[in-house]
Amino acid sequence: MKNKNNITFSRRNFIRTSTLATGGLLVGFNLFNACKDTATPPIDVSKLNFNEFNAFIKIADNGYVTLYSPNPEIGQGVKTSMPMIIAEELDVPWEHVTVEQGNLDTKNFQRQVAGGSQSIRFGWDVLRQTGATTKQMLINAAALKWGVEAATCSASKGIITNAKGETLGYGDVVNEAAKLEIPENVTLKLPKDYTIIGNDAINVDIDKIITGKPLFGLDYKVEGMSYASVARPPAFGQKIGTFDATDAKTVNGVSDVIQFGDKIAVIGKNTWSAMKGKKALKIDWINDNKLESTEDHHNELNKILNSKKLNVRRDDGNVDKAFASADKIIERIYESPFLPHNCMEPMNFYAHVSDAKVHLVGPIQTPAGTASRVAKLINRDEADIHLEMTRMGGGFGRRLYGDFVMEAAEISNITKLPIKVVFSREDDMAAGIYRPAIKYRIKAALKNGKITGYHLKEAAINSNMYGLIPNFFPAGAIKNYRVESGNYKSDITTGAWRAPYTNFLAFAEQSFFDELADELNTNPVQLRLDLLSNVQDGKDDSIEYSAKRMTDTIKLAAKKSNWGQTDSNTYQGFSAYYSHNTHVAEVVDISLSNGLPIIEKVTVAVDCGIVVNPTGAKNQIEGGVIDGLGHAMYGDFTFKNGKPQDINFNTYRLIRMKETPIVETHFVKNNLSPTGLGEPGLPPAGGALANAIKAATGQLLTKQPFIKNLDRRKTDLNA
Amino acid sequence: MATYSINVNGKNKSVTADDDTPLLWVLRDELNLVGTKFGCGIGQCGACTVHVDGVAVRSCSVPAANLKDVKITTIEGLSNEELHPVQDAWKALDVPQCGYCQAGQIMTATSFLKQNANPNATEIREAMHRNICRCASYNRIEKAVALAAKKMS
Ligand code: FES
Ligand code: FES
Repeated sequence: MKNKNNITFSRRNFIRTSTLATGGLLVGFNLFNACKDTATPPIDVSKLNFNEFNAFIKIADNGYVTLYSPNPEIGQGVKTSMPMIIAEELDVPWEHVTVEQGNLDTKNFQRQVAGGSQSIRFGWDVLRQTGATTKQMLINAAALKWGVEAATCSASKGIITNAKGETLGYGDVVNEAAKLEIPENVTLKLPKDYTIIGNDAINVDIDKIITGKPLFGLDYKVEGMSYASVARPPAFGQKIGTFDATDAKTVNGVSDVIQFGDKIAVIGKNTWSAMKGKKALKIDWINDNKLESTEDHHNELNKILNSKKLNVRRDDGNVDKAFASADKIIERIYESPFLPHNCMEPMNFYAHVSDAKVHLVGPIQTPAGTASRVAKLINRDEADIHLEMTRMGGGFGRRLYGDFVMEAAEISNITKLPIKVVFSREDDMAAGIYRPAIKYRIKAALKNGKITGYHLKEAAINSNMYGLIPNFFPAGAIKNYRVESGNYKSDITTGAWRAPYTNFLAFAEQSFFDELADELNTNPVQLRLDLLSNVQDGKDDSIEYSAKRMTDTIKLAAKKSNWGQTDSNTYQGFSAYYSHNTHVAEVVDISLSNGLPIIEKVTVAVDCGIVVNPTGAKNQIEGGVIDGLGHAMYGDFTFKNGKPQDINFNTYRLIRMKETPIVETHFVKNNLSPTGLGEPGLPPAGGALANAIKAATGQLLTKQPFIKNLDRRKTDLNA
Repeated sequence: MATYSINVNGKNKSVTADDDTPLLWVLRDELNLVGTKFGCGIGQCGACTVHVDGVAVRSCSVPAANLKDVKITTIEGLSNEELHPVQDAWKALDVPQCGYCQAGQIMTATSFLKQNANPNATEIREAMHRNICRCASYNRIEKAVALAAKKMS
């Protein structure tokens, strides 16, 4: 045992313990990466050192447990579900657990990022190990106190029991436990013994949310801070020419107007004065090159689809031969527009750059990367940067990008004021980093009633589908299979948007399969099952999905939705997609009214492994599905001379209550490690809706948003 | 710039602000009541909903200076020790995702249920239609309003 200053080290390289100044045990650990050998947990909770650890468990001497949850909360529920996993293995009653956001973070963590629905998947092992190890430490401490073998003791619900039936609470042995060696090989619970995992746990922040407590970045305040409203080029491709701030400076409450790069910040003593001041600026925006419009994007993307020089992303079998010998070739082009994220909480960030340090506070999904970018931008030591995360009013990918943090830091660096940059909705919708506009051309070769070749081309703005996507279904299910991609570099900025690429790719493919099913005279569900039966799990390591899990998921959705057995006024559409390690199948039920589809119900089957928190999991699926339907139906975002044509909710349409269906979620039951849920519910939704509309009216929808492309005469005719 | 007094959550508060300052920003920036949220600033999303004499109003779209002789209630003043039955229902059904829109949703729902204590599903959907939830927690909002109505009757 190596014991110095109350702090015990172990070979185990992700946990350190210490006693607390106030009595109790503090366990520091690192999710996602091992901490350095020299890392020591602080003795004082008020000084939790998130430089060395990104997560802590505090067990007070009354047995109550506080978990300092490491991952930023954007609404995906990890602040509740990750602590549940620790509490399960630690074996404490959930009612004795409180959760605090570990809001401070710096360079030492690889993954303090909420994105890609990966938090739970990466955290699963470490969280369980940490909980179980801590529990064993407490048992060992109790055994020592009793003078018995630890193996004769057990613990459950925060109570340790020995062979004689004597008991000690966790709180009774915390001080002793902190001095012991950290046990090495602990046994984890079997899923059948779970009492917390798999049971509904209400969002840990619920009381604060429903009573309006300050939680979000926009709510953060510091005495004497100023507000900044920033004028950015209104059209992509523009720069600042000249400007006149005379009027802006006369606005009550405006204290300063500064230029930085091609932007101008109006600084005021409150949000309203800063926003008003910005409106009073007179700015002459200029451009060297032609500004882009939606028409230009169509032309450029079409050129790419027609070009022979695309990037081959996967090429199985002999696609050219399959098409040359086909009985019939089916080909379709699918189109989607740019989309803004429109997080409900507009982008904002607080910065105070002083000689001593750089203090940054706000909603950001990538604290570590952003802190180091700020350091570079304003030429400071990374050690000076002190970044605190707040709860986020939605993310959807937008808060992976720290543009608004950079702005806040730059303005504060120039003015040396504590300031908060606040985007208006118009700023937020016009500032860029959109889901890129994309076109897919998909071709299938049919021969003897089978799909013998598949060729997909992606033409996207700025960048293409990421590495693994070409290995998603139907890769592996069709012998001759090719995916190619190319992009057009645009002035319009783009980025990740909830389920990047697959949010539209799934629509394109799943609509296309429906058409192929018609062509082959097969039931659309059966067509997918047949294709999946060509895949042997594990045979080809590059294939990302599991055919078995997908098959089970599809069957569950078909069963729960009464696929094919609805009344004559209901039309169904099917879609299934694997993304972010989770398998999802959806059936949309619609009826028709006044030429428009009424989405009545969506039945969803999900295989995400063990469901940690069913209420939270269902919430994610409900949200993802309705989000997917809403954007497929209404999401429209066009440009004229570089300018987005809609910049607030009066003309940019988001789905609202009356347009929403009931979402019914069913989970495939298994004991596999959990995977994420923030994104996978979304991709299949648009395709399932398009397929339902096709079933009702015969119209093939290949372009989003549907509302702009629906042939209402057709829907009337069949209504 | 003018100084005037408004009644918020049962207390008279003195405010010094430009005449055109929307109630939203007076609440958030001057009175430190940040539970009322900013979503669009143009009356389209409902994140900023408060009660003026018990009726749901978009605080981004009315200047505070026009509200001198009325009683304003914000999410912070909706309940005291005990949660309002609507808040209770929100909790029972675990409604929020990111949570940002929920204060506005709750303020819309409470004022609606005051006018219609026994709503049917269509009336609930109609009443809540003007509040956007970008996370699309709509299913649960709908169920929570129905549950609250049941609890209150
Ligand atoms: S902020 Fe008032 S309605 Fe959107
Ligand atoms: S819960 Fe996120 S906007 Fe409604």
